Amino acid sequence: MQRTGLRVNVMADAIAPERVEDGGDIPAAIDLRAEYVESGVKDVLDELDRELIGLKPVKQRIRETAALLLVERARRRLGLAHETPTLHMSFSGNPGTGKTTVALRMANLLHRLGYIRKGHLVSVTRDDLVGQYIGHTAPKTKEILKKAMGGVLFIDEAYYLHRQENERDYGQEAIEILLQVMENQRDDLVVILAGYADRMDRFFESNPGFRSRIAHHIDFPDYSDDELLQIAETMLSKQNYHFDGKARAVMADYIALRRKQPHFANARSIRNALDRARLRQANRLFETVSGPVDAEALSTIGVEDLSVSRVFAIADKAREEKPS
Amino acid sequence: MRITQGAFSFLPELTDEQIAKQAQYCIDKGWAVSLEFTDDPHPRNTYWDMWGHPMFDNPDAAALIMELKECRKVYGDRYIRFVAFDSSHGWESVKLSFIVNRPVSEPGFHLQRQEAPGRVIRYTTRSYAADRPAGERYG
Repeated sequence: MQRTGLRVNVMADAIAPERVEDGGDIPAAIDLRAEYVESGVKDVLDELDRELIGLKPVKQRIRETAALLLVERARRRLGLAHETPTLHMSFSGNPGTGKTTVALRMANLLHRLGYIRKGHLVSVTRDDLVGQYIGHTAPKTKEILKKAMGGVLFIDEAYYLHRQENERDYGQEAIEILLQVMENQRDDLVVILAGYADRMDRFFESNPGFRSRIAHHIDFPDYSDDELLQIAETMLSKQNYHFDGKARAVMADYIALRRKQPHFANARSIRNALDRARLRQANRLFETVSGPVDAEALSTIGVEDLSVSRVFAIADKAREEKPS
Repeated sequence: MRITQGAFSFLPELTDEQIAKQAQYCIDKGWAVSLEFTDDPHPRNTYWDMWGHPMFDNPDAAALIMELKECRKVYGDRYIRFVAFDSSHGWESVKLSFIVNRPVSEPGFHLQRQEAPGRVIRYTTRSYAADRPAGERYG
């Protein structure tokens, strides 16, 4: 009986020969341009340019990252590189600047380049990682990590994981598990941390482990007024709405005023404003129109749908108060 | 004696990479993969202890390999098997299972003969490992 076991082991050795790097078929040269088009990276980057308004520095950084990864992949195929590069990233920027959207695209990009196997995005916040009582955190974090494997784990407002004021906060436990997996299973998942710039900086200061494990820091700038107006129009046209001639100008005023008021969240504020405008439009149609309405009337956002917004009222009030 | 239960049991031990590929195949089929362990190698011992929950919503096999490594750390001296469960209506049963970890030495089975009335002989098998209490059987 002992002999049988022995023979099996010997067979195992014979059958599993030393693995040759990537099948052993090393090409002499690689055409980067062709790779760029074939891998679908070009499509992703073009799509990024087309569909995301503004965000110039972000697009630039993604382009650079894509180039790096493409070259790295070519080097790997030629047998020049063996280690998986560190792909963990941090996205910092104000709310509504498109961090989640870009993360989705990034997952797609990494998938096309073959750095992650599945290309899905698991978006979580502190609540999903940290438990409520002792012994609850580790299984919860692990469960999320398992779900994210083969894809991208996007941790929104990552700094909430670390609570300075409470030493015994369970967030620390989640951080430790995260760091361990980020280091040991770089092939299996990519972690993207996101949040407001200043708080992210403080978070990295108090958790040096994270800073050193993250290779790419990308800053998301605020949108300019023009960009926001463009975004508003794209949002509307996606839902088959459009501004009528004057409403566009009113929207531009709205954006300028809204920016000065508290809780301004870039594109998200615009989306909310448009949702409310649609509501008012529906009400207006319902109350004023008698008889049938055509498609044009149903899809036009007029001046009166925007100008009654509270933002204008507050601005007016502020203007009245100032002289007195 | 090397016990042969489940699929691939006459092949050399699968490497983690090969296990991951099998697991990925199962996951892509929509089956829930999980791990189970035991220290009672009797062939009729069908109900092994579960290691964690079955993974119904993990799209990648790396999750299973991670759990397997954890499980080996704790129960490396026992049998661990991979199980893929198909929850679709009409099946609701295990579609694939194979052993992914076994004790260093497997002492094998004792064949016991019981003389019954007449010339009848009844046979039963008994694992040598099962002589010792559960939890202390290997290593």
